[in-house]
Amino acid sequence: MSGLRVADLSYRYGSRVALDDVSFEIAPGDFCALLGPNGAGKTTLFSLLTRLFTHPDGRIEIAGHDLATDPRRALGGLGIVFQQPTLDLDLSVRQNLTYFAALHGLSGKAARIRIERCLDRLDMAERAGEKARALNGGHRRRAEIARALIHEPQVLLLDEPTVGLDAAARAAITDHVHALSAEGTTVLWATHLTDEVRDDDRLIVLHRARVLADGIARDIAGGEPLQARFLAMTAGATVGEGATA
Amino acid sequence: MTPYLVALRAIVQREALRFVHQRERFVAALVRPLVWLLVFAAGFRAALGVSIIPPYETYITYETYIVPGLCGMILLFNGMQSSLSLVYDREMGSMKLLLTAPLPRWWLLSCKLAGGVAISVLQVYAFLAIAALFGITAPPLGYVTVLPALIVAGLMLGALGLFLSSMIRQLENFAGVMNFVIFPMFFLSSALYPLWKMAESSELLHDLCAANPFTHAVELIRFALYVELNGAALGWTVLAMAAFMALAIRGYDPARARIRGKA
Repeated sequence: MSGLRVADLSYRYGSRVALDDVSFEIAPGDFCALLGPNGAGKTTLFSLLTRLFTHPDGRIEIAGHDLATDPRRALGGLGIVFQQPTLDLDLSVRQNLTYFAALHGLSGKAARIRIERCLDRLDMAERAGEKARALNGGHRRRAEIARALIHEPQVLLLDEPTVGLDAAARAAITDHVHALSAEGTTVLWATHLTDEVRDDDRLIVLHRARVLADGIARDIAGGEPLQARFLAMTAGATVGEGATA
Repeated sequence: MTPYLVALRAIVQREALRFVHQRERFVAALVRPLVWLLVFAAGFRAALGVSIIPPYETYITYETYIVPGLCGMILLFNGMQSSLSLVYDREMGSMKLLLTAPLPRWWLLSCKLAGGVAISVLQVYAFLAIAALFGITAPPLGYVTVLPALIVAGLMLGALGLFLSSMIRQLENFAGVMNFVIFPMFFLSSALYPLWKMAESSELLHDLCAANPFTHAVELIRFALYVELNGAALGWTVLAMAAFMALAIRGYDPARARIRGKA
């Protein structure tokens, strides 16, 4: 059984192709970076993976559950950190997490224990009582990652989770998520920043709606710095092309 | 408790917390009908004579006549307000959190609707209490029998809001909803004037009012407040609710959502 399997996924907005026959598979417990310039199709892929919208072409399996035929089980095994912040700023961190736990059917003592454990895991236990509004960007992100783990998902999706954060916060979050995958969670980390990808990470390069490369980051870089290699691979990408995709 | 009920409780609680955090919204929702009741009605009471019509058994003042309409107004504005907050949630991203929960979308949307209606009904009671302080009262039992009517009317108007929120692409377009939904719905109804008055000036306007689901919601509330059941009004309100809810669920269907370029 794979952690995450995507097969023959295509999607178009009218005449514009956002995803063109995308297929990949991530083994359980792997950290996989999804690297692509803006407009490559990352956000469309995430929307399909999270069932924000669906499409008849292609197949998505999350922890062995088909998203089209068994959406509740598939979504139940999925933790998601969206690119946009989704905390309710007027609620405390704990209230935000309690609300999310309930959306996954968890309440009472069971929810409380899991919330404390997840906050602890992300070094956020001390901030549980603070209003989300009072947290800095890095801590808000960590609270969102803690929240995505409450229902103990087998697969964690993160859509450019470090956008707008300073270098220290970015490094801390990247470390935390790598640690999660080392503990057995399958991770798909979308980014356009090459410094968030480690040499031995699995790497998928998405460009102009297609998978351009799929392998270990070190091999794809081929001895060059990944940044230089990535720029060479995606050269000619038009800035702003399909900005919403 | 089943996952369904856990989610329902959490979504309703969140709506309540959000409401507590926005006290100005509560005040605005209360001041609006009170201004109508205490200023507008006072000015118009002489101009608008109201004859004896069911469910009233005697001549009534204009203030008494418009109380049910103003209850409907609170429900209407709240329905639109929750529609606005859904569009806002969608732009801010928190709607994604709800829509990716492992529960059927129709249930998640129904929970959202239930939360909105609970808040609306509390506001109507606050309004009725203040109206009573000014001497505009209904039979004591009416305050109990009006509850189911308020819930049904609130669900219908909330479902309309839900449907509209699935149609509106951006927050900026919301002004259009004010102009093309709220105002026509409110003024083309029996909230401020009985339909026979409307018929005197224009048959067409009368027919439009009679077809307006908001008229039926108001009449349902009016009769319930006087411990009577208006079966026709109930039927039309429930029918409109089912239609709006079906359209809302269709609007939020994941297989359709992206066609219009939104999630």
